[in-house]
Amino acid sequence: MKHLSEYRNSDHARTLSIEIARVRIDRPIQIMEVCGTHTMSIARFGLKQLLPKNIRLISGPGCPVCVTPNNFLDRAIAISKIADTTICTFGDMMRVPGSSSSLEVEHARGSDIRVVYSTLDALMIARAHPDRNVVFLGVGFETTAPTIASSIEIAHSEGLKNYSVLCAHKVVPPAIEALLSGEVKIDGFLLPGHVSSIIGAKSYRGIAERHAIACSIAGFEPSDILGALLEITTQISNSKPAIHTAYARAVTEIGNSKALAVLDRVFESCDANWRGIGNIPGSGLAIRDKFSQHDAAKRFPVSIDESVDNPACRCGDILTGKISPDECPLFRNGCTPDHPIGACMVSNEGSCAAHFNYGATNI
Amino acid sequence: MCLAIPMQIEAIDGEMGTVEATGIKREVSLSFIDDPSVGDYVLIHAGFAIQKIDEHQANETIELLNQMAQRAREMKS
Repeated sequence: MKHLSEYRNSDHARTLSIEIARVRIDRPIQIMEVCGTHTMSIARFGLKQLLPKNIRLISGPGCPVCVTPNNFLDRAIAISKIADTTICTFGDMMRVPGSSSSLEVEHARGSDIRVVYSTLDALMIARAHPDRNVVFLGVGFETTAPTIASSIEIAHSEGLKNYSVLCAHKVVPPAIEALLSGEVKIDGFLLPGHVSSIIGAKSYRGIAERHAIACSIAGFEPSDILGALLEITTQISNSKPAIHTAYARAVTEIGNSKALAVLDRVFESCDANWRGIGNIPGSGLAIRDKFSQHDAAKRFPVSIDESVDNPACRCGDILTGKISPDECPLFRNGCTPDHPIGACMVSNEGSCAAHFNYGATNI
Repeated sequence: MCLAIPMQIEAIDGEMGTVEATGIKREVSLSFIDDPSVGDYVLIHAGFAIQKIDEHQANETIELLNQMAQRAREMKS
């Protein structure tokens, strides 16, 4: 597959692995990735096994489904019970446990909840069923948020009154700053490639000014990730931290101006609650007043009981890199992909799902 | 959810396009792409093209990787 297979080359991977081992770093270092797709790629391709023992790759809060707190799901479930309502969602939200139920369970009980690949599919459902309220669950970072923003603009311009979004979108750079002020030692960041396609390398310059931290923006194939790790370790070794782009075929300094423009037209910045971290100021996106008609939180102000987390669930600590999945007492011990207790196990991109499916490495 | 697949534009119809990879075709929105052309490769995510792939940069990256691997082979022999 063009622009994909060329980056899955064992000669290149072996060479990069050797080069990383040759970089002089005489102490243990921790490099954090903040993208669920990186978590999965690293696990799938067994990349941790190609790194020297003093380099530890840790997962941060890069899975948007995992960092969405229970009350969003509880709210979505409450809305699904309103008559003539259709919930449309990306697939991995279906099995995430809320305080007492999940979308999958509610679907089995008779609620109209449909998995879609794109907001464009949800718009088609809204057009085909003007008698139903179609509510799209907006979860995702800057890669996905423009597609939801675009759907709101399309609905608005068509007068598609029955389409609305329950918005829980979050943005990455404020979370990176919060992590740098947190407890976990982070020597470098593997930055998310497709978020960066949208927001551009420029979005991290403020972080670089405030914290001297080695960074490289990486794509998702083995050569992409190993190449970025080579850059990060070299920056650390030379004490020359920088924001580097190792994914130049898809990431520019300014990002995608059309996607950024639609984000700005439809959303405004707000505070957001991240599972495991708590409130991060300015880390969320809220639908602007102009589009209130398409804001499901305003259209359907349901009252829900106070959300509860399973007290044994350690997803919060896993999402901040404090512990690895096998240090959670529930991992493989009640919590499995077939029977997930926490979001990290159920999401396609959760740390625990990756660890469970691809085995333990680099412990 | 950063999953995006590189696919090639086969046809354009207003803001929508038909993209193809390994024989699979999809209708996607090209509304985020500046001056899309048939033949361009774009990254597809949730039914939208989110970025055009810069062929020049891609070639440079592959060339660099090939050179590194070549040097490593020479050093071994």
